[in-house]
Amino acid sequence: MSHLIGAYQPGTTFLHRMPAGAKLVAMAVISLATVVYRSPATSVALLGVVVALLAVARVRLALLVRTLRGLLVVMVLITTFQVWQQGWQHAVTVVGALVGLILLATVLTVTTAVDEMLDTITRALGPFRRFGVDPDLVALAFSLMIRGIPTTIDLASETRQAAMARGLERNPRALVTPMVLRTVAHARATGEALHARGVGD
Amino acid sequence: MSRIELHEARVCAETGRGEVEILAATTLTLTEPRVALIGPNGSGKSTFARLLNGLVTPRSGRVVVDGLDVAHDGREVRRRVAFAFTDPTAQLVMPTVVEDVALSLRRTHPDRDERTRAALSVLDRYGLGELAERSVHSLSGGQRQLLALAGVLATDPHVLVADEPTTLLDLANTRRVADLLFSLRQQLVLVTHDLDLALRCDRAVLVDAGRVTADGDPHEVVARYRAGVP
Repeated sequence: MSHLIGAYQPGTTFLHRMPAGAKLVAMAVISLATVVYRSPATSVALLGVVVALLAVARVRLALLVRTLRGLLVVMVLITTFQVWQQGWQHAVTVVGALVGLILLATVLTVTTAVDEMLDTITRALGPFRRFGVDPDLVALAFSLMIRGIPTTIDLASETRQAAMARGLERNPRALVTPMVLRTVAHARATGEALHARGVGD
Repeated sequence: MSRIELHEARVCAETGRGEVEILAATTLTLTEPRVALIGPNGSGKSTFARLLNGLVTPRSGRVVVDGLDVAHDGREVRRRVAFAFTDPTAQLVMPTVVEDVALSLRRTHPDRDERTRAALSVLDRYGLGELAERSVHSLSGGQRQLLALAGVLATDPHVLVADEPTTLLDLANTRRVADLLFSLRQQLVLVTHDLDLALRCDRAVLVDAGRVTADGDPHEVVARYRAGVP
């Protein structure tokens, strides 16, 4: 299974050539502005900017649709709740901002090699070494988080299929318990593998 | 070849009902280029293998690699002794093939361009060059295992400990991985259920119920293992 989040797509577009540090700063600024100046107009503007960025980055449409489909259920639930509690304008503000920011993060991961991201974070955290911060470890944790998203989605999918095979697809315990156990087991195995490779030594 | 010594090394695990011995006090020295560890499931051979790289530390006794005590010089030992797991999925921690190999090279190649070039060179060496930009998610089981091996071999260790690296693979990929393992110049400690692979080694160690029950010529050790299976 392939996922947009956490999947770098090599390319030569303007966004691919842009330094990872600049992209991280831009993302932080846009995210802050979206929260500080929150309104339906801001969320719609954010979505417009992000769609333009996705086009510039030449993100494959099929991959984009697949990712958005994964968000659909959660977004429908949030929209329904917001319309019911606060009205449609608030719903547009919240859901528009959420989808916009998720897609913005997607633009970052699709156009930035994780190795480049690690170097950027390591450099940025360099001055904090004197306070006991290990930049390499922080950068590695960041990359593991990105790598963990598709892995966790795969584990969820396998768990769901296993439950379906036993006719237990409507049993929440048959879905949640093995999913949690497998995720923790995978995290432990990853830690062991990193230890074996001497990463973090 | 490296000199791997176990001196009365004993491994225990805590359980809800107290302490259980996983590997009884074991003393032996491995200097052969290819050593096979064989035995039934749950016999303690993976624990034995994990001792050699410091993934498991002995409750008592010592494990020494080229004069370095695994318990005290773990970092140095891990630079000499690489470890490959049965399931490579957890071992591949970066999104793309080239990035995963580059992760192993971060310590030795601080410059990113240089590191990427070195990682590509490693991939070419192991026949994975064409997959460099592929997502590790999209690889087949055999490709993942080869990549996991390339990732740990990238730092040019002295010893490779491989814990059942062919168990999850089909016949063609088993052959491909086995051919790679037996072509390495590194010393190989191979945990395996594939007795044909064990017979290709210079020495075999049979582990059963947490004890070394046979050790020596692979043909004799494998014959003894077969004779003991009902």
